Amino acid sequence: MQSGRKIRVLIAKPGLDSHDRGAKVVARALRDAGMEVIYTGLRQTPEQIVETALQEDVDVIGLSILSGAHMALFPRIMELLKEKGLTDVVVFAGGIIPEEDIPELKKIGIKEVFGPGTPTETIIKYVLENAPKRR
Amino acid sequence: MFDRQKIEEIAKERERWQKSTLPNWIRQCPERQKEFKNHSGITIKGLYTPEDVKDMDYMRDLGFPGEYPFTRGLHATMYRGRLWTMRMFAGYGTAEDTNKRFKYLLSEGETGLSTAFDYPTIMGYDSDHPMARGEVGVCGVAISSLQDMEVLFDGIPLDKVTTSMTINGPASVLLAMYIAVGDKQGVPREKLGGTTQNDNLKEFFAQKLCIFPPKPSLKLSVDVIEYCARHLPKWNPISISGYHIREAGATALQELAFTLCDGIAYVEETLKRGLKVDEFAPRLSFFFASHNDFFEEIAKFRAARRLWARIMKERFHTRNPRSMWMRMHVQTSGCTLTAQQPLNNIVRTTIQALAAVLGGTQSLHTNSFDEALCLPTEESVRVALRTQQIIAYESGVANTVDPLAGSYYVEALTNEMEEKAMEYIQKIDDMGGVIPAIEKGFFQREIAESAYRYQREIEEKKRIIVGVNEYAIEGEEIPVKLLRVDPSVEKKQIERLQKLRRERDNRKVKEVLEKLHYAAEKDENLMPIIIEAVKAYATLGEIMDVLRKVYGEYKELIII
Amino acid sequence: MVKIEEVVKGVLAGDKRSVARAITMVENSPEEAQSLIAAVYPNTGKAHILGLTGPGGSGKSTLIEKMIREYRRRGKTVGIIAVDPTSPFTGGAFLGDRIRMQELTTDDGVFIRSMATRNNPGGIAKATKDAVKILDASGKDVIIVETVGAGQSEVEIIKVAQTIIVIHAPGLGDEIQAIKAGIMEIADIFVINKADRENADKAVMDIQAMLQLDNKEKAWTPPIIKTVALTGEGVPQLIEKIEEHWRFLQKGLLHKRSLEKAEAELVEAIKDKVTSSIIKKLKREKRFEEILRRIVDREIDPVSAAEKLLDQILE
Repeated sequence: MQSGRKIRVLIAKPGLDSHDRGAKVVARALRDAGMEVIYTGLRQTPEQIVETALQEDVDVIGLSILSGAHMALFPRIMELLKEKGLTDVVVFAGGIIPEEDIPELKKIGIKEVFGPGTPTETIIKYVLENAPKRR
Repeated sequence: MFDRQKIEEIAKERERWQKSTLPNWIRQCPERQKEFKNHSGITIKGLYTPEDVKDMDYMRDLGFPGEYPFTRGLHATMYRGRLWTMRMFAGYGTAEDTNKRFKYLLSEGETGLSTAFDYPTIMGYDSDHPMARGEVGVCGVAISSLQDMEVLFDGIPLDKVTTSMTINGPASVLLAMYIAVGDKQGVPREKLGGTTQNDNLKEFFAQKLCIFPPKPSLKLSVDVIEYCARHLPKWNPISISGYHIREAGATALQELAFTLCDGIAYVEETLKRGLKVDEFAPRLSFFFASHNDFFEEIAKFRAARRLWARIMKERFHTRNPRSMWMRMHVQTSGCTLTAQQPLNNIVRTTIQALAAVLGGTQSLHTNSFDEALCLPTEESVRVALRTQQIIAYESGVANTVDPLAGSYYVEALTNEMEEKAMEYIQKIDDMGGVIPAIEKGFFQREIAESAYRYQREIEEKKRIIVGVNEYAIEGEEIPVKLLRVDPSVEKKQIERLQKLRRERDNRKVKEVLEKLHYAAEKDENLMPIIIEAVKAYATLGEIMDVLRKVYGEYKELIII
Repeated sequence: MVKIEEVVKGVLAGDKRSVARAITMVENSPEEAQSLIAAVYPNTGKAHILGLTGPGGSGKSTLIEKMIREYRRRGKTVGIIAVDPTSPFTGGAFLGDRIRMQELTTDDGVFIRSMATRNNPGGIAKATKDAVKILDASGKDVIIVETVGAGQSEVEIIKVAQTIIVIHAPGLGDEIQAIKAGIMEIADIFVINKADRENADKAVMDIQAMLQLDNKEKAWTPPIIKTVALTGEGVPQLIEKIEEHWRFLQKGLLHKRSLEKAEAELVEAIKDKVTSSIIKKLKREKRFEEILRRIVDREIDPVSAAEKLLDQILE
């Protein structure tokens, strides 16, 4: 039987904004790079995102947000991940996130923040290099 | 536009030129690309001649400005008479903050107010809903009840201003609140002027701020159109929007075609209410984007106007020119703004604004150069407005009507855009209309394909974005800034809302919400009962919850 | 590295994280899958396993969401496995079925998992079977396996179910032809979703007509249920029918089918084991290469060569 590991990525959109163009382009690029991509759809609560990551047993979570509510929502997501024991999942973020928030986001465990105009190649490379080799 | 003999002569000469002159030049200086294409995928020839417009008929296809088919403009004098409206979009924080801003703008001589709402309001949630966490007053003003609306327009006489509200799913509720404020001020309803975006169809495949499934969403849009036709003669009940379709990744051609499909759907659905086409069509308005490919955009605007006039005349049999008018508002394209070297965006916006003016728009919003990084500053907003003023007063392009008419290239491109848009419209008709096409994911797939292709082209450098994939500054710092809304805004707003819930006549609220439930199930026009509900201080969220119960909530069809 | 014993313990206790990990193991590694399944197997056999398939646009995910809600109302726990195809070109997959069920994600009695086919029809059928066993062992009362109804591999996947539901909707064109092949025969219940549309009755009649072509005597005649997944109309009736089928199976057929399934799985396992051990053995021998060369040189055909080799081994 053919088998083998595939990187599983959750692309999630917390917050109420509906700008999913970036999230979808990234989802598609990661899929085309051979990964299994789970997409949550718009407007997910932190609880839903973390529960999905848990059930789908993903290696990586990409959070996309453009509404400006990241400082209200990301800490909750990171807290829940810890609570559920999902500490080995790599979390990155993208969207409109100001420079000055990045240190705080890194402190709570978000590994990387991609700004506007990041080529999808950069994100693919990042995920390939940083997905935990846990199994 | 030329006689046949002349065309043959030109064709012969062109062939000769292609054989003798052209090859020498190509040998010395080969063309930069094997093929030149615009965003819509139309191949651009190296040279356009009268041959490319040989089947055109001046009177049939262009005519005179102010006359059918309106290719050259809606007004006979165009900008020689009156310049386009320079409308800028604003609004954030609490109702008090925005009210102050409005009063400032009015004191500066503006008479048109434009309102942005925060995401909870747009999605029909009250400010204290769990989904509203962190979003209250952030991207616009928070309106949960008539009380907030009263604060928003406190001291502003509604018969003296026009108000544009960017709201879709809950448009009927916000309009009802506006009407209620007008009633309190003693302003007769026929004097209320303004616009509700109210274009729910495009939400399903472009902006994705949908609340209900497609059918009830369309019904709610049409409720507003019908109600305004009967009671609010000065109100533009809908702004049929291609802008969001484009921003979601569609090409100019798709933007044009899909917007007109939506327009057709609204007309058809409103006709079913027993209104005659001329009773509502003159108040339909449109909203487009202006992107970077200059001539493609100009052709799009001209084709849009001609095509809509033809559709209204041939498909809906109107004879009233006003019903054939495509009045349009244009906004320069937000998604073309780059975070890198942001000053370059001023140039982009200028090109886009110029295209809109040469395309004959009625109204224009120019983006500020720093919008990819943050909410615009006062200075950047000023530059954006000045861009329009320079075009208007310095460039001279506003001094004659439709100056590009007769350009072989522009006319050929206008024709091609119209033809190809017609093909799309035919395809949607064959699918049974916009709603079946949405349910099949047709628009979503088309747009996702275009968005992905555009991104690939940039990454493969087939499309150059100056300052991003070429001429970039090594190690450039990108200072993204966000407008911080004081967290106390959310707290204050929630307190006010909860106080309202305690103090209003809750028995009356319950009664009116039950009445609304009943009316929604019976498929009546809901505007009158929603006006009654907001006047009883039922909140936006409570009203929308009743409708959510009756109509169900929309779950998006995911297509990447 | 996670210890298999720990995962097994977690699965049996109904711990979601362990269930998720266990499914990853059966997807990624046949060896781990084997020891895991061996350990949980005694605790399986309690759940009612449903297979749900139908063409894109028929409203499967929306219907499943409403079915889960109805089961939850009846106090039952539910596991869902949504299978989506892997792209043959890139090896990647986009798993978006759970979007319509996201509101149920945080319900403790619901577990949703997306799986990709990974270009391996046999493999995904096996991994799905294993994933079902894991959910079963974790104590889920009902397990729903969802696939897009097309192609032989999908039929293989859906065969894991005890009650197979084929869903269709009016206005999807000739796709009814597509479900006819292969899957019509094994359907226990038909659903016409979006029954509020015109042509719904025609869709019902089409299926009735097709069922009538099959004039074999049957103890269970597949019923046709009309639903409107968007509003939930018809869903309680559908669940009733599913329960009815379950009771029908328990009258005897279930045992017979279980025996059939056991036999199939046993034979499959023997085939796997025998083939891989014989091949392993042969590959170590010199004459294996020799006979390959002879096949290439047209001295012997592959089937005769196989017979010859096997005769020697089995002697």
